[in-house]
Amino acid sequence: MKHAPALLALDQITKRFGDLVANQDISLSVSAGEVLAMLGENGAGKSTLMKIIYGLLRPDAGTIQMDGQVLDISSPRDAMRAGIGMVTQEFSLVETMTVAENVALSAVGWGRVDVKATKARVQEAMERIGVHIDPDRLVSSLSIGERQRVEIVKALFHDCRVLILDEPTAVLTPQDVRALFATVQRLREAGLGVLFVSHKLKEVAEISDRVVVLRRGELVAVRQTAAVNAQELAGLMMGVAAAPVDSAEIDAAIGLSSLAGGGPEVRRRPQPDDASVLDIAGLTVTRDGRDLVDRIDLTVRSGEVVGVAGISGNGQTELVEALCGTRAVRAGSVHVDGTDITHRPVIDRLSAGLGRLTEDRRGSCMAQLSVEQNLVLEDLPAFTRRGSLDAHAVREHARAMIEQFEIRADPTTLIGTLSGGNIQKVLLARALHRRPKVLVAAQPTRGLDIGTFAYVHRQVEAMCDAGAGVLLVSEDLDELRSLADRIVVMLRGAIVGELPVDQASNERLGALMTGQEVS
Amino acid sequence: MALRSPHFVLRGQQPRWLSPVALVAAVLFTVVLTAIPIRLAGANPPAAFERYLLRPLTSQTGVFEVLLTATPLIFTGLAVAIAFRAGYWNIGAEGQFLAGAICVTWVGTTFTTLPAPVAITLGFVAGAVGGLAWATLPAWLKRRAGIDEVVTTLLLNPVALLVVQGLLNGPWRNSGTGFTDSDRLGASYDLPVLFSGSRAHLGLIVALGALVVAWWVLTRTPLGLKITSSGLSPKTAEFSGIRVRPLQFRVALVSGAVAGLGGASQVMGVQHQLTQGISNGYGYTGVIVATLGALSAVGVLLVALLLGDIAVGAQNASLVLQLPSQLGDVFGALLLLSVLAALSWRRYRLIWRQRS
Repeated sequence: MKHAPALLALDQITKRFGDLVANQDISLSVSAGEVLAMLGENGAGKSTLMKIIYGLLRPDAGTIQMDGQVLDISSPRDAMRAGIGMVTQEFSLVETMTVAENVALSAVGWGRVDVKATKARVQEAMERIGVHIDPDRLVSSLSIGERQRVEIVKALFHDCRVLILDEPTAVLTPQDVRALFATVQRLREAGLGVLFVSHKLKEVAEISDRVVVLRRGELVAVRQTAAVNAQELAGLMMGVAAAPVDSAEIDAAIGLSSLAGGGPEVRRRPQPDDASVLDIAGLTVTRDGRDLVDRIDLTVRSGEVVGVAGISGNGQTELVEALCGTRAVRAGSVHVDGTDITHRPVIDRLSAGLGRLTEDRRGSCMAQLSVEQNLVLEDLPAFTRRGSLDAHAVREHARAMIEQFEIRADPTTLIGTLSGGNIQKVLLARALHRRPKVLVAAQPTRGLDIGTFAYVHRQVEAMCDAGAGVLLVSEDLDELRSLADRIVVMLRGAIVGELPVDQASNERLGALMTGQEVS
Repeated sequence: MALRSPHFVLRGQQPRWLSPVALVAAVLFTVVLTAIPIRLAGANPPAAFERYLLRPLTSQTGVFEVLLTATPLIFTGLAVAIAFRAGYWNIGAEGQFLAGAICVTWVGTTFTTLPAPVAITLGFVAGAVGGLAWATLPAWLKRRAGIDEVVTTLLLNPVALLVVQGLLNGPWRNSGTGFTDSDRLGASYDLPVLFSGSRAHLGLIVALGALVVAWWVLTRTPLGLKITSSGLSPKTAEFSGIRVRPLQFRVALVSGAVAGLGGASQVMGVQHQLTQGISNGYGYTGVIVATLGALSAVGVLLVALLLGDIAVGAQNASLVLQLPSQLGDVFGALLLLSVLAALSWRRYRLIWRQRS
């Protein structure tokens, strides 16, 4: 494939944080009309590099060029002015305003806003890239995928010529991924350069022209997408030495398991007469008169993994919070191993046998407390002797957990300074060391590197073998398929369907998730 | 045309040396800034700083006076520190201090004939109860209705002062002199001095005792971990099974009680009667003490001693160098502002770049 000369070029970018080298001599270029994919595990340095390009961090060395001109970028504003746009996983849209108003807002300078002219321009920009959203619709009525496309339109409004998409598919349904890819295709045809950051090989293979691979802060490979296979890329991402996990787990982590079929094979299948460890009956959570969780009935048996699928914002978060004790229940009941915990305080839930792993990892631990303090925070009485904390026992417990759960930290390290994967391991250790009867896990592997991803899955499977049950809430359908025995789908707070794992195809789940099919 | 202008850029990571350097820079900055009014008042800044900081420590009497001045600051600083630590922003130590002073005065002028050990114990209990009572309303409003305690505790301070003034202008007006001071407390309420010839009194021992208890609870017990957690992140604390609201309520009451102890200590140990100026802003200074002391017991002790040192030095400087004694307060306030500014600027890096 031949491309026009480079639009955006990075030359020898280096960034260090203390002893850690986040980016080492990274040089790459994006041409007009090209989709360049950037692959890498979490912690490989992708985010740092994106932040440098977008002016959120300054490189220690190296230059960024647009059209051969060296840029001095020290804020997102500088980046936008130079023609660089970025769409992150967190959107910055005002929900109570319309699409057109939101786009106009991002371009407001001094003086009056010409609403009519702006709307026409918004419409024109959307047509150019094949996005069909009524500019008068309120953002609050848009789906996640639609909001993402509005963000892309916003970037185009700043005359951006290079668009960075940072893990754009992490929050999307399969249908929305298709729509996004169609949009990216139009952007390419319109002559934009697109930098597509991802750790999913399948998507990269589908959408990109070229692919660069980052590992441990270094650029380890540049390939033409057409001339490389998934296994080679996976190997490059993880490095030759670091692949002690089996290939099915790698496949699940990088998004290939839909090709492989999947489903748990080694684990013992739960039987219908196994005792139930989690009984949810008629559970309802209400806010401002709206049922966020709507009369949910669900049972998890001993040794069973029940998956909960759904587009984010359909009550999964509230369901998990109601189970974890951080949100009030209006009606219905929850029993853990026979104990009614519906309205019980958190401590009683934990002693009843509930283990918790929520999607808000940093909100589940005290960033400014140490690893050992966080490990005992939910079980203080067990570490108290004659009125004071038994510092020795706390330290020993932390050492044991660090060893057993392969946490890379000292007992006294502040947990807020750990990587996402290590924090998740601490939280997993805290939840599992009390041998819960049922584990409620929400997005347990989101954003984790492949090694930790596989580790979390192994732990979940091990606890099921030991007779515990798991309620697995995830937006990653591949993860659900590889772990769950059956999958229920949530839509607008209610369960709208249930599928055994072997019948849960992307298409059927997607149809249920969007309300196009009722089972 | 290279027009360059400064920009603040967020740091990715803070180097280890930064915090101490920032603190030292803040102190130096405070010294430089305070030198201006000292110079304007016609004194030589180095000589004035020598008076402020070093002179009080060169004589035994000076040291005793520093301890005496630091005593109420330890009480109020500790009161504020434990409340802040739990995430309860008690700005009402001033009012709680006064309420403690009122209660001990009532006890001390009503039961005048008790033997000293009983009288002193009763006096401290009365002070603690007074402070606790004064802290109850805002704490309860916070717990029940989530009403912001910063506003309620702050607004109750002038109310407490008005109650003191009302009492001293009405029923408690001094029966002997007719001045707006209360009668003297029974003699058995006088706190014994710690060293002959000094004015430092038993209140200092009570303050240090409270410090030790607070230090132990905060750093060594499950309760301390819960309090710290509630302050660091209430939401996460709730998630971990800590019931933040009831905990903050109890800590708020204890905080009020400690401030009230300070009032009792000041009445029984120094004035021996209730006066309008009994507090002298100790409750507000307590916020400075707690914040500069990083909300730790040890920090509170060190900062209270430092501010006591400066206050005594300021008295001395006003006599010898004809400097207004308020310059000591100026120094304390500027120190607080500079340290807070330095601590937040740690997160940024200054770069110079060309304007486009």
